[in-house]
Amino acid sequence: MTQKRWEHFAHGSDIGVRGVGGSKEEAFEQAAFALTAVITDPESVVPSELVELTCEAPDEELLLADWLNTLVYEMATRNMLFGRFEVQIHGETLRAKAWGEKIDALKHQPAVEVKGATYTELKVYRGSNSSWVAQCVVDV
Amino acid sequence: MELKLFKQISGNEWQISPSGKMRVPGIIYATESLIRDMDQKVYEQVANVATLPGIVKASYAMPDAHWGYGFPIGGVAAFDPDEGGVVSAGGVGFDISCGVRCLETGLNLDDIQPVKEKLADALFQKVPAGLGSTGRVRLNRAEMDAMLSGGARWAVERGYGNPDDLERIEEQGCMKGAIPDEVSDHAKKRQQDEMGTLGSGNHYLEVQHVAKILDKEIAAAYGLAEGNIVVSIHCGSRGLGHQIGTEFLKGMATGAAHYGIEVPDRELACAPIHSPIGRSYLGAMRAAINCALANRQIITYLVRQAFASILPRVDLPLLYDVSHNTCKVEEHIVDGQPRLLYVHRKGATRAFGPGHPSIPQFFRTAGQPVLIGGTMGTASYVLAGTREGMALSFGSACHGAGRSMSRHQALRQWQGKQVVEQLGQRGILIRTRSYRGVAEEAPGAYKDVNAVVEAADRAGLACTVARLEPLICIKG
Repeated sequence: MTQKRWEHFAHGSDIGVRGVGGSKEEAFEQAAFALTAVITDPESVVPSELVELTCEAPDEELLLADWLNTLVYEMATRNMLFGRFEVQIHGETLRAKAWGEKIDALKHQPAVEVKGATYTELKVYRGSNSSWVAQCVVDV
Repeated sequence: MELKLFKQISGNEWQISPSGKMRVPGIIYATESLIRDMDQKVYEQVANVATLPGIVKASYAMPDAHWGYGFPIGGVAAFDPDEGGVVSAGGVGFDISCGVRCLETGLNLDDIQPVKEKLADALFQKVPAGLGSTGRVRLNRAEMDAMLSGGARWAVERGYGNPDDLERIEEQGCMKGAIPDEVSDHAKKRQQDEMGTLGSGNHYLEVQHVAKILDKEIAAAYGLAEGNIVVSIHCGSRGLGHQIGTEFLKGMATGAAHYGIEVPDRELACAPIHSPIGRSYLGAMRAAINCALANRQIITYLVRQAFASILPRVDLPLLYDVSHNTCKVEEHIVDGQPRLLYVHRKGATRAFGPGHPSIPQFFRTAGQPVLIGGTMGTASYVLAGTREGMALSFGSACHGAGRSMSRHQALRQWQGKQVVEQLGQRGILIRTRSYRGVAEEAPGAYKDVNAVVEAADRAGLACTVARLEPLICIKG
């Protein structure tokens, strides 16, 4: 059983987000935690408000970038941060639920705003122990 | 990087000879020590850009080049539309027209010292900075489109500045050819609350003093003298630009095969200049340039208000406003012939030489001011474009120090509160909403800006005019 987790990896000027899970969906969810963690501690985000999201892309890598970019858009326009995710992928379509709350500058101490998910180091693949890995660099 | 990868053309010019699918050579302008410290990815990315259709002369990298996405940050490349040339959303970047604006104040160090704390507080209170901060200017649909067509000119017409400001902005404050209809509703929505905001990351607003004049004649033409106080604003097109970058990157990546363009890296996604998506991107990207120019104009207005609340009789005229992430149509002489080229500058500053018609008349003979941002603890510079640079790099120079350390490493090494205290002991006041943000942007996480500027000067890309040191920094 793969231990699901997220991590950051170094990039020259920006930052890489990586999610690892037992399924592609779980890896995408973990990548979303890594995205939130670029901005603030995901544990500090109370998942009180639900937002439902859908995105589509012709392959799973572009779908990952789209998923993260959809979250970036929702964070920007709703002035929210997300701390819980549920992802379903069927072919080229991703449907997700994301829970979060309004940004509170004092509580969340947001370090930086994410401008967008890039295609640099963009990979979705089966890692060791049949785990799934989903990663890319985000521009901050 | 290994020096043996390059053919050294001169002391500060290093060539990557064409191989594989490269259509032209790669050229990096840097000192030996900067080249050694550069990420190997810069080499790969410069070489990758050289494979794009219609590229003219060479794929260039400036002395502050570092690993970007697709193009290196500090990358410059020009494309000829009549030779199948392309436009690349990745080659412009997400923060379209991110740039630096410098305001003069007519004040000296002695005038500022007694009111420094009060001024820092007033600026921090007036100028929205950091994630989650919203602007006070909210645009309806018609006004949004007017802003996207008019840029800083729109802002001045709405009362956010003086007509005199416009001639001291690239494109006289208004990028022609912007098509607001090519900007998606998503991009417009993302911008709704973000007009007149600094953003975050490496964006800042600084009050600086001129610590050293390095070229008296040009400094005089620019109105700079030692001890003068200036204000520098570093920010871009905010959410609107980011969204345009995101959407067109996807559009170009999925459409590349349709145009038979093979790219070694998806991030290099591009489209022929003369294609529907190419034209559409150019229309949207120019609208984003106008958004950035309008944004810096509104921030200028807020800075002037903040100054007026503390120092009532002070005027803050513009020195100049430069953009870093753009694709612009420019005439350049190639092999003795004038050609209209689409010049991509990704993390690089336009640096036109003396006499260029786009430079304001009153300092045209001095060359275009090139504003180089440093870190909150080091220095910024004013340079001037050179005639030589026109031939070396399509009139382009570096844009900043460039990071030497990832955000992750910086967080492990520094604590924001300590960084603020240490800078305070050196007389630099920091105002921020996020200590973590300060730690990630700690001065030590950046390359030595002095070395970058020296390399640009030695390579002939630009001439060093003045060194600016920070007194107050409002961190985005």
